[in-house]
Amino acid sequence: MSGETKTDFQIVNHSIPRRDGRVKVTGKAQYVADLRLIGMAYAKVLRSPLAHAKIISIDKSKAEAHPGVYCVVTGFDLDGLNPYFGHAVKDHPLLAIDKVRYAGEPVAAVVAIDERTAFEALEFIDVKYEELKGIFTPQEALAKDAPLLHEKKFEAGALRGFEGDVTAGQGTNICQTHKIQWGDVDKAFKEAAAVIEGDYYFPMTYAYAMEPYVAIADVTDQGVNVYSSAQHPFMVRHDLKNIFNLPVSKVRLIVPFVGGGYGSKSYTKVEPLVAACSWKAKRPVKLQLTVEEAMLTTRSDDAYTWMKTAVDKNGKIIARQAKIMMNTGAYAENSPLVVEKSTNRCVGPYAIANVLIENMSLYTNTVPASSYRGFGCAQVTLPGESQIDELATKIGRDPYEFRLQNAAKPGEEFFPGMRPFDGTLKQDLDTAAKAIGWGTPLAKGHGRTVAVSGSDAGAYPLTSTAVRVHADGSATIMTGSTELGQGSHTVLPQIAAEELGITYDKVNVISSDTAITPYDRSTGASRTTTLMGSAVQEACQEAIAQMVVMAADVLKVKKEEIQSVRGGVRCGEVELNWSQVISKFYALPDGEVIGRSYIRKSGKFAALPVFWEAAATGVELSVDEDTGKITMEKLATVGDVGLAINPALAEGQDIGAATMGMGIGLFEELVYEGSQLMNGSILDYRLPRFSDLPKQVELHLVQNRDGVGPYGAKGGGEASLNSMAANIANAVDKAVGVRIRQAPLTPERVWRALKEKNK
Amino acid sequence: MNLQFTLNGKPWSVDCEPADTLAEVLRNQLNLNGTKVSCEVQVCGACTVLVDNLPVSACTYLAYEARGKNLLTVEGLEKADGTLHPIQQAFIDDFAFQCGYCTPGMIMAAKSLLDENPNPSREEIIHHMDGNICRCTGYVPIVAAIQRAAGMIAKEKKQ
Ligand code: FES
Ligand code: FES
Repeated sequence: MSGETKTDFQIVNHSIPRRDGRVKVTGKAQYVADLRLIGMAYAKVLRSPLAHAKIISIDKSKAEAHPGVYCVVTGFDLDGLNPYFGHAVKDHPLLAIDKVRYAGEPVAAVVAIDERTAFEALEFIDVKYEELKGIFTPQEALAKDAPLLHEKKFEAGALRGFEGDVTAGQGTNICQTHKIQWGDVDKAFKEAAAVIEGDYYFPMTYAYAMEPYVAIADVTDQGVNVYSSAQHPFMVRHDLKNIFNLPVSKVRLIVPFVGGGYGSKSYTKVEPLVAACSWKAKRPVKLQLTVEEAMLTTRSDDAYTWMKTAVDKNGKIIARQAKIMMNTGAYAENSPLVVEKSTNRCVGPYAIANVLIENMSLYTNTVPASSYRGFGCAQVTLPGESQIDELATKIGRDPYEFRLQNAAKPGEEFFPGMRPFDGTLKQDLDTAAKAIGWGTPLAKGHGRTVAVSGSDAGAYPLTSTAVRVHADGSATIMTGSTELGQGSHTVLPQIAAEELGITYDKVNVISSDTAITPYDRSTGASRTTTLMGSAVQEACQEAIAQMVVMAADVLKVKKEEIQSVRGGVRCGEVELNWSQVISKFYALPDGEVIGRSYIRKSGKFAALPVFWEAAATGVELSVDEDTGKITMEKLATVGDVGLAINPALAEGQDIGAATMGMGIGLFEELVYEGSQLMNGSILDYRLPRFSDLPKQVELHLVQNRDGVGPYGAKGGGEASLNSMAANIANAVDKAVGVRIRQAPLTPERVWRALKEKNK
Repeated sequence: MNLQFTLNGKPWSVDCEPADTLAEVLRNQLNLNGTKVSCEVQVCGACTVLVDNLPVSACTYLAYEARGKNLLTVEGLEKADGTLHPIQQAFIDDFAFQCGYCTPGMIMAAKSLLDENPNPSREEIIHHMDGNICRCTGYVPIVAAIQRAAGMIAKEKKQ
C-alpha cells in the first residue's frame, strides 16, 4: 500500500480497519434482501414482452382467484395516487399506464403469500396489446416518421439536480439537450497546425450491483415506511411523498447495508411499485428483483460522439468540438443530468481556448438509462482521451508529455465559471507513468499508455448532520449518507474521533433513516467524504463549542477562560474530558450534547463543482494478433484525493473503479437486437473476473491537501473508471497499430481491425 | 419432505419442498442469511457453501441433495469464543471487501481452496476463485487476503 503521508493526524489519514468488517465477514451484515416484517407478502412483476405497444386490456381475474394471491395491481388500479415519478421529469409511471415503452417494462404486479405463489399467478394475467412501431437508437428517434414515445409534457421533478430546462415531452423524442461554448472553434480549426476528427461509440453497460434492487413497503394510515437498497433515500422520499400526496414527515425510508450501487441505485427504482402493492394489499410487501429484472430496470446511457480536436504549431490544444447523442431509453430517470455532466466532461481536464459541445439525449424503446459511476464521464472520455493520443501521434509527440503540456494546472480557471482546478495532474501523470515503466523497452505486441480524467464532481452541496456526544464520552453520528461499501461508516467516525479527540471505537454511526438522520441530498458523485465529512467535522466543532459553554457553567467561570484541548477542556489547573463536562452539567452521569451542521452552496462550497475529481491511470497490455485478445500486463491507478481519510479505502475505490472501466474497455456491453435485449443475464453479460486481473497492479494516491473537504480532502472513486476504455484503445493502437473508436475492444473487434489493416 | 444433515457442526432436521434450493432452506427456514444470492444461475459464486468440504452454489443446489451430508456456511467459521477464522480476519486486514455482498461466498470458496492447497500460488488462487465475482474490489485485495490467510493458517499449525 502506498499513499500514506506523514501528518500529525492521529486517526484520519490512517488505514484503520473497516467498521463493518466483522459483520460482513461473518455473514451478519443485514441487507434489505435479508429483512422480513411480520405479515409480509411478496410481489412479483409481469413484464411487457413488447417494446412499444398500447395496452388494450388487462384481465387479472384468474390471477386474483389463484389461492394465496392477495391482489394484482395494474396501471388501471392506481386511482388515488399520482402514479408518475422522476427525479428530473415525472415521466415514469410506477406501472405501465395505457402503453408500454420497452420490452421488460412492469405491467402488473401480483402480491401473494410467498414468492413462488406470486410467480405462478403471473401467467394467469391476460394482457392484450396493440403493437406500435418501436425506435431503438437515437438516430431512429430523430427520424421524421419516428413514433413519439411520450405524448404529453411532464411536470418537472421536484428535486432537479441541474439548472437547465428539460426538453422531454415537448413533441419530439428529445429528452434533454445541453450545450457549452466559448471562444470560436471554427476560426481555431482554420488556424490549427493539426486536427483530429472521429466518431466514437460508448456502449450501454450494466452496473451489476450484486444485490439486485429490493424494497419492502408498509403503507398504513401512519404513513409510508420503506426499506430499500437506495443510494439516495431522501430523493426517494420525495418521489413517494408526491405519489401518495403526503407530508414529508409521513414518508420514511430506511436503508441498511447496500450490496453495491455504483450509481445504479441512485434515485427512485422499485420503491413506488412496492409501495403501491402494499397500499393495495393492505399489508407489508417485499419486492426482490432478480438480476435479469435488474438488467431491465437501469443501465448506463450509451453515447454516439463525433469529436474534433486541434493543436497549434507549439503543440497547444486550441480547440475541441463535439456532438453527442445519448440513448436514454424509455424514461428520463437521471439522464438529463448525465447529459449535462457529459457535456462538461468533454473538455477533459485540459485548458482549451475554444470549445463547442452539443449534447442531446433521446428517448428510445429500450431499458431506461440513468446514472452510472462517473455520470457520463466515461462516455466522453473515450473520445476525449483517444483524441489526445491520436493528436500526439499525428504531430509526433510523446502522448504523456503532450498531456503534461496541456493539462489544467493547479489553480487554473480552465473551465469558465467553475471552481479553479484543485488537482495536480502533473504529479498524477508522473506517478502513473513511472508505475508502468514509462520509457523502458517494450516487448513486441505490447502497448503502454497513460490517461487522465478530471470531472466536475461532488454534485450539489446540501447536507446536514448531527453528532451526539454522550455522557460517557462516546459519540453517535447521525448521517444520511448510505454505506454502499465505499466506507462511509469508517471514514465519518475517523473524522469525528479526530475532531472530538476520542478513540475511533467510541464513535458509532446511524445512517440513512429519513425519519431520524438529518437530510443529506445523495450518496453519489464521490461527495460523501467531502460534504458529509465536512458536515461531521463542523458538527463536532459545534458540539465542542456547546461543551465549552457547559464547562464554563459547571466551573462557574467565563467561557473565555475555558480552553478546549484534545478530548476535553482545560481551565487553569482543571482538566475535564467530555464525559465529565456532560455529567457535571446534568448532575447525572447521563444526557448528551447534540452538535449540528448545515452545509449549503455558500462559503467554501459556493463555487461549483465542489471539487474536481482527478485521477490518472496507466496500462500496459499485449495483443494476440491471431485472436485479437487483449491481455492486461500492468495497471496503475493514481487518485488525486487531497488527503485520504483512510488511504486503503481510497485505493480500494480506485482499483474497483478501474476494474469496472477495464471491463467496459475489454468486454462489457449490453446488446440490443431490434426490440430485445440479447444478453440480459449474467450468463451472457461478461464481467471482470479473477482471471482478468492485470498481471501487475499498483495503486497510488496523490495527497496535496488541496480539496475543500475536511483536512483538504476531496472525493474519489469514479475518476479511475473514466479513462480506462480510452487507455485500452490507445494502448492497443500503440501495440498493434489499429485505432478502434468503440468500446468494448472485444477480441473480434480487434481481430477485424487487424485484418482490415493487413489487407 | 424431511431432511437431515449436519450444519455448522450440529445435526439439523428440516421440512422442505423437493424444489427448494439449499439457499432457500438456509435463508428462509434456518435463518442463516449470511449466504447471499445474486445471479441464481451458478455464475457469481455469492451463494457458495461447502457440502462435504466441496464448494457448491446453494442457489441451484437442491436442498434434498444435502441429506445426510456435512454443510458449512459462513456462519460456521467463527469459533465459539468469537475468534474469527484466519480467512475472515485476513479479509478484514486486507480490506478485501466493500459492499460485502460477495464476501460470504468468497470466504467459503477461499476456504475450500486452502483446505486442499494450504500454500497456493497467485495463479492457483486466481484459477480456483474464478467462479466468484466481486464487483467492488477489483479482486486485488482478495488475492492478498487469501495469501495472508494461508500464512496465518500455516503459522497456527506450527504452534
Ligand atoms: S447466486 Fe448462486 S452462483 Fe450466483
Ligand atoms: S465487496 Fe461488493 S461485490 Fe464484492
